[in-house]
Amino acid sequence: MLGLSKKDLTFLLIVAVLTLCAPFLLNPFPTDSAMAQFNAGYPDLMQRFVIFGIFAIGFNILFGLTGYLSFGHAAFLGVGSYSAVWMFKLLSMNVLPAILLSMIIAGLFSVLIGFVSLRRSGIYFSILTLAFAQMSFNLAYSVLTPITNGETGLQLTLDDPRVLGQSATPQGGIPVTSLFGIEMRATHELAVGGWTFQFNAGYYLCAIVMILAFYVALRIFRSPFGLMLRAVKSNQNRLNYTGLNPKPYTLAAFVISGVYAGLAGGLLASMDPLAGAERMQWTASGEVVLMTILGGAGTMIGPVLGAGFIKYFENIFSKINDTVLHQWFAFMPDGMEDFFVFLLHPFVGKGWHLTLGILFMLVVTFLPGGLVEGGQRIARLLRRERTDSNDRPDPEHHPRETPHVAE
Amino acid sequence: MDAILLQILNGLDKGSAYALIALGLTLIFGTLGVVNFAHGALFMMGAFCAVTVSRLLSLSFETVDPTKLDFLGNPAKVKTPYVEAWFGPEAGGAIIDWAVPLSILFAIPIMIAIGFAMERGLIKHFYKRPHADQILVTFGLAIVLQEIIKLFYGANPIPTPAPDAFKGSFDFGVLLGFDPNVIIYPYWRMVYFLFATVIIGGVFSFLQFTTFGMVVRAGMADRETVGLLGIDIDKRFTAMFGLAAAVAGLAGVMYTPINSPNYHMGMDFLVLSFVVVVVGGMGSLPGAVAAGFLLGILESFASMNWVKDIIPGIDQIIIYVVAIIILLTRPRGLMGRKGVMED
Repeated sequence: MLGLSKKDLTFLLIVAVLTLCAPFLLNPFPTDSAMAQFNAGYPDLMQRFVIFGIFAIGFNILFGLTGYLSFGHAAFLGVGSYSAVWMFKLLSMNVLPAILLSMIIAGLFSVLIGFVSLRRSGIYFSILTLAFAQMSFNLAYSVLTPITNGETGLQLTLDDPRVLGQSATPQGGIPVTSLFGIEMRATHELAVGGWTFQFNAGYYLCAIVMILAFYVALRIFRSPFGLMLRAVKSNQNRLNYTGLNPKPYTLAAFVISGVYAGLAGGLLASMDPLAGAERMQWTASGEVVLMTILGGAGTMIGPVLGAGFIKYFENIFSKINDTVLHQWFAFMPDGMEDFFVFLLHPFVGKGWHLTLGILFMLVVTFLPGGLVEGGQRIARLLRRERTDSNDRPDPEHHPRETPHVAE
Repeated sequence: MDAILLQILNGLDKGSAYALIALGLTLIFGTLGVVNFAHGALFMMGAFCAVTVSRLLSLSFETVDPTKLDFLGNPAKVKTPYVEAWFGPEAGGAIIDWAVPLSILFAIPIMIAIGFAMERGLIKHFYKRPHADQILVTFGLAIVLQEIIKLFYGANPIPTPAPDAFKGSFDFGVLLGFDPNVIIYPYWRMVYFLFATVIIGGVFSFLQFTTFGMVVRAGMADRETVGLLGIDIDKRFTAMFGLAAAVAGLAGVMYTPINSPNYHMGMDFLVLSFVVVVVGGMGSLPGAVAAGFLLGILESFASMNWVKDIIPGIDQIIIYVVAIIILLTRPRGLMGRKGVMED
């Protein structure tokens, strides 16, 4: 069904069910309990999970399959956000045209950048994409202010034309984003016992888009085209010698991942109609690299896990302050309590980036396959699967492990 | 003419910083073959060495001065730095004033130690790994170093002034027969440029004229053969990592009076320095230095008003535009050697 093998179909269904039930799954603690701060089931955060999931899935199509490490992918996300907000300003508050336009513009943009950058590979490719992204960022801040509104960021105002919609609501406010009348911010709350579950229209739109994006990526991974991209990663020279030109394939992968980034940018703007240049900065590009590596580059589910992991801990860790820490360690004697709070203080709250950096270094050093590899290792340990020496692939007659970057 | 001269001068100090960082990056890349994304962090750590020294030197104790009254009528408290108490107000004041140049002495051992620790503790394990892994782990390290500095020194820039003797500007135009006050150049920027030239000259002559440097160059050309000759090349390469860290650190120390250091200054410089290295040619030391100065000067030319009138926004992107043009027309960079980073 759907052109997938039975195994992949189950996989897709599991992902779909998990995504759609996220409001339940991410809210395991009753609202009044002390653990409620670990709940992630509120619309704002869940939207970011799936949107950055889409971004990372797209990045993984480029990095995971072809091995080209782009350090400028946030530029496409930023371009997507800007075009979506312009659509809200000029056309109407319907999210559909906005998202479509952001995908198209990001696609065109990535054709341009990809065509130039892909003439080089390895570290040069990384630097070229970085240079393009920084260029877009600097321009968005300075000369392009009429389009991007510079440092303030692009926002909706009451006197935007909105040809197909209305400039202002009858109450005199700025209209909200919607999909054919369904407001994106509409949230239905369901109280069961001590739990409150929130079902947000915007989240479900993003979730459905993510499942579609996941499906498309799955098809790409399993297609001859995907195999071709893997061939680029494992050895580009060999590909050249067989008489194939890898350029169209890598460019296609670059553009697809650019469109994914544009889609993520458009969705971000649809959930919260503003766009700023800081979304294009190279640290933002670094973040998607972190997500993909942390989850597991080249795997299907890895990037989504990585995105969710980083966004979750970013939110939760930065909320923990000294008071919360004191509560946790309240059972200890006073001196010890203070000591532990002192010890943990640098890593939580504003120090979340420190934790992220350390975690990232540990993952790259010890677990190059990311969370997915970690999960597999644990699963293997639990099953106590002993591989006999006969089962192990013969090192002489198996392809060597290939580097991540096509060099 | 005078405007062009002025822009060349203005570009020199930024160019010196680019050249120094790019030199260190190229040293590490040429010897160890590692793409070090944490090099900007080393520059930033150097700057914070200067901050630390100037804070340490101005540590002071309070005494009550009965002859003076503060605005409430109580006897005024006077802060006296320990250094002034020990060496007398004259000498002590001078020491505090000269904190930034003095921190060079403090920064060299610290930076070499940090460099050694980084290489032995982390980067050593990444020689056999792909370049992407090296980029990623050093990127992570850069985040960690940056956050540690932020933890101790806060997020705001910390002004660290130059010694009083170097305040003010030098009227360069008078020397060349222009009207006074047309081409003026702050003394400290001149010092920075001279300092950078000395360091660059020092590194080059160290590599060129000492036996140690000769072995290192031989190792850069053919690591295996040097190893077969019975030389422990790894040890020397580690020393070069320490040297590169010290160069970046000193560049940071001396840069503090030009730009107040903050925790993300390293990242800001790193991206540009990478572009500089690529423009100069991966693995080429003269290329890195030349490209550093070239891009610094080009950047200041692009910020002239009449240039900005012709192409708006060019000052923001000139470096990247140059990099893109160079990479596409001369893939090896200005002075890149054959066979470096290309397969």
